[in-house]
Amino acid sequence: MQNLGINVLFEGTTLQRLFEGLMMTAGIAFISIIIGSFLGIGMGLLRTSKSGIVQFICRFYLEVFRIIPILVWLFIVYFGVTNALDIHLDGEIVAVIVFSLWGAAEMGDIVRGALESLPKHQIESGKAIGLSFWGLYRYVLIPQAVRRMLPGAINLSTRMVKTTSLVVMIGVIDVIKVGQQIIERSVIKVPTASFWVYGLIFILYFIICYPLSKLSKKLEAKWEN
Amino acid sequence: MKNIKKILAVFFSAVILVGILAGCGSKATTETKKDQAAKSSIEEIKQRGKIKIGVFSDKPPFGFVDANGKNQGFDVFIAKRFAKDLLGDESKVEFVLVEAASRVEFLQANKVDLILANFTVTDERKQKVDFANPYMKVALGVVSPNGAPITSVDQLKGKKLIVNKGTTAETFFTKNHPDIELLKYDQNTEAFEALKDKRGVALAHDNTLLFAWARENTGYSVGVASLGSLDTIAPAVKKGDAELLNWVNTELEALGKENFIHKAYDATLKPAYGESIDPETVVVEGGKVK
Repeated sequence: MQNLGINVLFEGTTLQRLFEGLMMTAGIAFISIIIGSFLGIGMGLLRTSKSGIVQFICRFYLEVFRIIPILVWLFIVYFGVTNALDIHLDGEIVAVIVFSLWGAAEMGDIVRGALESLPKHQIESGKAIGLSFWGLYRYVLIPQAVRRMLPGAINLSTRMVKTTSLVVMIGVIDVIKVGQQIIERSVIKVPTASFWVYGLIFILYFIICYPLSKLSKKLEAKWEN
Repeated sequence: MKNIKKILAVFFSAVILVGILAGCGSKATTETKKDQAAKSSIEEIKQRGKIKIGVFSDKPPFGFVDANGKNQGFDVFIAKRFAKDLLGDESKVEFVLVEAASRVEFLQANKVDLILANFTVTDERKQKVDFANPYMKVALGVVSPNGAPITSVDQLKGKKLIVNKGTTAETFFTKNHPDIELLKYDQNTEAFEALKDKRGVALAHDNTLLFAWARENTGYSVGVASLGSLDTIAPAVKKGDAELLNWVNTELEALGKENFIHKAYDATLKPAYGESIDPETVVVEGGKVK
């Protein structure tokens, strides 16, 4: 039988390494999404503040993360900040820090948008029935805002999953890098290796990202009623 | 309004708390770092029991990862010997997998002690890192499909040439042939894929890498085998780390006496280049170019 390209996936510990790479990708992405979401909700609430200084700081923070590419942030933190402070941080930790901060900035904007989109009478009615500040958010605003921010939040999450492929530049071996190592090693003997390896990576990313969009559909349907 | 102030107070105290915790953590590491800085770099490596060497993970035959996840290749072969002679065991090396575009930063930020990642010596890089004596020499080459061969640089005018970001090929063509349009990629994998997809008419890279690639990819040949000045490839250490630099130079001299680099060539490069390439065009023994 001819040497099929798909065999490169089953040589030695190849599959196991791809799986480890996938865990790295998924781990960095999901930890960052969770931390980013919590910080983002705080950011979003702050963004609705009427204080000019708070507004300015939050706005500045968001723009800084939106304008400077994530790759540059990874370099700044991994090589710059650790050197300036004379500390050692692993690439994985740096990745989680950068992606969490980015997630916080973007999530903050999504939360703000959702809160501001709520009709004004919701706040006024809440106040009229004597709800405290916390009560107003807890029972009236946040439940409604969460539903509105869901599509944006899921979109951000899948974007974060995919952007983790940049971490290879700071020495973190993610699923794409493992794939490239396998291709480079075997491409000489198996020219179709890239097709099979990238094909598998495509399926792996799908496995990570699809449940997210499924989840959002389910939640949206659930909250519809 | 009062409540918003309360939230702010809670939020910022949380931020400050995190800051203090982080501050304590970094202070502790700063102190240990200072202790180490007082000692010599080799002393530090010995104390750690491991030398951190930056190698490639996707650049066969120099540095790659085999089917079992082990680092292999020419650079890795030499790195293991360095570890054996410095620390007494070739397993006492921690391979840090680096990318071509961030090799300098890995050294500058103390992420590795030594870079052995097919690092070509250039004047620009010399300002940022210290190179030891070379163990290999290389020139640029241009690989192209046999159907539309590129045999001289003149043929490239007005056409697209594929190069890798941060490599000598990029610098050479940007400086000397600005009229050639460059198509730049981060990864070798991407660059070679682009050539196969005919997104450029040819690909420029170190000739040694191209020999190996063209030998295995039928339909492609290295039309321009040697271009630009002959460059050397050497281990690099952090700027100012004279002690490790001297150690590497002495080590290379000692290895030259037993023709070790030729052994490394036979073990790792020969299977990839085939018999047709004379090892003397690639190997530098004892740290001195003949």
